[in-house]
Amino acid sequence: MAKAELMNYEMALEQFEVVIGLEVHIELNTKTKMFCGCRNEFGNEPNTNVCPVCIALPGALPAVNKTAVESSIKIGLALGCSIAPTGRFARKNYFYPDLAKNFQTSQYDEPIAFEGSLDVETPSGKVHTVLIERAHMEEDAGKLTHIGGSTGRIQGAEYSLVDYNRAGVPLVEIVTKPVFGAGAEAPELAAAYVRSIREIVKALGVSDARMERGNVRCDANVSLRPHGTEKLGTRTETKNVNSLRSIERAVRYEIQRQAHILANGGTITQETRHWHEDRGATSAGRPKSDADDYRYFPEPDLVPVQPSKELIESLRASLPEKPADRRKRLAADWGFSELEFRDVVNADLLDSIEETVAAGAKPQAARKWWMGELARIANESEEGVVPNITPAQVAELAALVEAGKINDRLAREVLGYVLAGEGSPAEIVAARGLEVVSDDGALIAAINDALAAQPDVIDAIREGRMQAAGAVIGAVMKAMKGSADAARVRELLIEMANK
Amino acid sequence: MSEITPDLVRHLAGLARILVTDEEVEHFAQQLSVIAESVATVNKAIDADTPSTSHPIPMFNVFREDVVRPSLTQEQALSGAPDAADGRFKVNAILDEE
Amino acid sequence: MSDLIRKTAAELAGLLASGEVSSVEVTKAHLDRSAAVDKAVHSYLYQNPESALASAAEVDRARAAGEKLGPLAGVPIAVKDNLTTTDAPTTSGSKILEGWIPPYDATVVAKLRAAGLPILGKTNLDEFAMGSSTEFSAYGPSRNPWDLERIPGGSGGGSSSVVSSFQAPLAIGSDTGGSIRFPAAVTGTVGTKPTYGAVSRYGLIALASSLDQVGPVARNVLDTAMLQDVIAGHDPFDSTSLPESLGSMTEAAKKLDIKGMRIGVIKQLSGEGFQAGVTARFNESLNLLANAGADIVEVSCPSFEYAIAAYYLILPAEASSNLAKFDSVRYGMRVEPNENATIERVMAATREAGFGPEVKRRIILGTYALSSGSYDKYYGAALKVRTLIQRDFDAAFAKADVLVSPTGPTTAFKFGDKIDDPLAMYLNDIATIPANLAGIPGMSLPNGLAVEDGLPVGIQLLAPAREDARLYQVGAWLEQAHENIWGKRMIDFAPELEVG
Ligand SMILES: [Zn+2]
Repeated sequence: MAKAELMNYEMALEQFEVVIGLEVHIELNTKTKMFCGCRNEFGNEPNTNVCPVCIALPGALPAVNKTAVESSIKIGLALGCSIAPTGRFARKNYFYPDLAKNFQTSQYDEPIAFEGSLDVETPSGKVHTVLIERAHMEEDAGKLTHIGGSTGRIQGAEYSLVDYNRAGVPLVEIVTKPVFGAGAEAPELAAAYVRSIREIVKALGVSDARMERGNVRCDANVSLRPHGTEKLGTRTETKNVNSLRSIERAVRYEIQRQAHILANGGTITQETRHWHEDRGATSAGRPKSDADDYRYFPEPDLVPVQPSKELIESLRASLPEKPADRRKRLAADWGFSELEFRDVVNADLLDSIEETVAAGAKPQAARKWWMGELARIANESEEGVVPNITPAQVAELAALVEAGKINDRLAREVLGYVLAGEGSPAEIVAARGLEVVSDDGALIAAINDALAAQPDVIDAIREGRMQAAGAVIGAVMKAMKGSADAARVRELLIEMANK
Repeated sequence: MSEITPDLVRHLAGLARILVTDEEVEHFAQQLSVIAESVATVNKAIDADTPSTSHPIPMFNVFREDVVRPSLTQEQALSGAPDAADGRFKVNAILDEE
Repeated sequence: MSDLIRKTAAELAGLLASGEVSSVEVTKAHLDRSAAVDKAVHSYLYQNPESALASAAEVDRARAAGEKLGPLAGVPIAVKDNLTTTDAPTTSGSKILEGWIPPYDATVVAKLRAAGLPILGKTNLDEFAMGSSTEFSAYGPSRNPWDLERIPGGSGGGSSSVVSSFQAPLAIGSDTGGSIRFPAAVTGTVGTKPTYGAVSRYGLIALASSLDQVGPVARNVLDTAMLQDVIAGHDPFDSTSLPESLGSMTEAAKKLDIKGMRIGVIKQLSGEGFQAGVTARFNESLNLLANAGADIVEVSCPSFEYAIAAYYLILPAEASSNLAKFDSVRYGMRVEPNENATIERVMAATREAGFGPEVKRRIILGTYALSSGSYDKYYGAALKVRTLIQRDFDAAFAKADVLVSPTGPTTAFKFGDKIDDPLAMYLNDIATIPANLAGIPGMSLPNGLAVEDGLPVGIQLLAPAREDARLYQVGAWLEQAHENIWGKRMIDFAPELEVG
């Protein structure tokens, strides 16, 4: 496929105002599916979490999961939405082999929650208020695997296989109103918005919120209009943007692609587009057409949901603090500089650091580990995430350093063994005998050896030139293969010089 | 002229995924025109303020507790399938998308 | 003809309880009857003698062991083929589901099994219950035992003919717009559409979810009541299932008292369009009721004029969506088109080949009624008419305890009479449809024979939602009154079938 021509980003923003809209799907972490008692679980054998309801056997009927409704209301409340006095399910009719009934049970004109807002901070520190149009309940589709042709792609496949384990998993779809005025920050705002939604649903405990597993999925609508005009431009809806980085890139790409077309007198086709992370580009899907006549109508097999005031208030009372409030609190508690804190937020490490601190680490130590060594390992890995380490393990590592049991160099070595799955840091230090040597006898012997090669150092220290100590400390470290307690070596040197 | 044209029948059959023959299209267009005209009389009975009834017996808040129930076995799930492979339902290649 | 097959379910239950007959004997007698007459009548799409006899033997064993059994334990029954059964194919009268054996039992079927009723087989119906004659069954029509050239009503013509030809004392039907009541009327039998939600729909292959209701079919009111008591009750698998019990229908059917009852005659459901013999018998019954001390009042339901139109929008709309699941992926037929066999085209070719013309007609109509641009004019407007019909009923039931009308406008018509005229066929449901739109219970019971053709006529009783018991109370009284006048049960006027 020919790569679309793009306009330079700054030029695009000079000519056009960007309007974005975001639809985020949250997979809830209920025990069972939305409309049946099958397990809501990832990674099982295909078609083992299925029943007459979720594979749409003739005669089967849906029954609404109470916990899913409560989770949906919680999400609505956390987004400042009003909760509908009557919410109704509706059928969205379209044929697709991953949709067993060939309609999706969703909500249409009576969503459970509507009219909310969310303050979202972009990396620049600017806070945007994103207006939420609605949050509604629906169900996920099954999973298609395309066989034959090129590597699992739909085109050229010989046939496809359908697994309905995911069919009927509860989803909440959160839809924003058009977002104006983000300007050049629109891509960052899109990503920051999804990050905030993730933080909220995680804090609520209603979703595992793992983007790599598809627990959080985003469709990004982008349209452009010339500055100063009223009428919204034709929008495209980019699907399959399933990481924060992709969201930012996809929105930026669409801005540049659309700007090029419009600036050259073309028109934008209203269509679904697909984001390809590998190519860094979107491609056209089906054009929106008559085929998108979904023929919504009230789901006759389900009765309306009318949450009582008491239920809504008890759910409201159970809400955790808002992400913006939480950030303020953490920033104050941790005492990071503004820049340090923003970097942590942008690296999506608030949770990890908070949990590490909760496990006993000092905030700066936690930050140092997550933003430093662990971030470096993550960047080098293929998926961009650090596997196999818990905040508690990081806290334990920091505690070992803090107590002087290991030094930084040893700690990095221990970390390597933790990631390799050898156990907790303390276990590894014990098992591998990695503890620093702070036994004065061994240290003094090594210092004497080093001094024999550099006899001038003691005099230099006596004269107050402390930097001279470095050479001896280095030599002791080398001789003891890094396990010397550097601070103790320094103290011993000063003692010897002062004798 | 009737609102149910052969083209409309073809379009509706497409939405409903039915591969109608030309002969059927003509036949349905004629029959459905008569029926559509007849059923459209419902508009004479109502006005904008008439409330809708979608459930014959009004009920609210019927929920299922979030408790796992036994699922079908994979074998049972696939037992009626015209074609299956690797524990999954097998279908012909999908047109469209991308 | 074995004596056993002419007995009512209540009589059989008595014989079984006293040990005079075994369930195996009773079941065998009915299977033998089917072997003799069902070639001609074609009530069944599938019979399962082994399974039925095994269930019967199990009930006999349990009875011998002194286990506690339900009142109908051991009495065999036939089940309409749009209810799922794990031991018999379930087709809903469609080619698209030919040979499909469900991996689960419908709730009603599970209740029958638990209550010890051996299931003789699955009865014929118009494809997906769309029709009034069984002529739209993909497997050929069932015939009316009163006259094999005539329709047994539909969609539940298999269930009505199975009880009227003495192949089963009891049957299960489903009623979306009259599919239990109209067949009962034209075969001289009894059928009830309970209050919407009184009987679970779980495992009923949906036609129109907001109209469908499963109900009992039998040859007299008491048997029908006993069967409703077995199948009714809350089901957590059906979210529209009523949470409360509606009480004992059997007791209501034994009251035999209608003094002081206010009986409402629906002005719009009489006179023009009704066969003369139907109207004459209807008026006779009104006199019977009045003479016995009931208050006869006239009620007006002006919105009924629009009931058929609303029904033929709501039903196709819901059906178009309910039937979307038949797509060749998970069960049922698969047809590959000759060229370019993508899954989209396979689905479309399968649905073209697997659905009959009436089903396609209604799917396309329903798709139209819901499509953008038509929704408000069609489906949306129909939902509003539904409100008006409920209001009419509310007003009528303020004046009357039970409403009455003829069940159908005519006696059984001949095969082919209406098959090419959908609108004429649809008009057949004029008296039965309002109850489905409003969710209220309705019963049809024999109301004598029409003078002009000697065929059975039905009378329909309607009660407010949840007041099903009133139907059984009035129905049982009227049945008794008719028997007193005619000298025997209406079904006993049916000609003997040739046994072949
Ligand atoms: Zn399931």
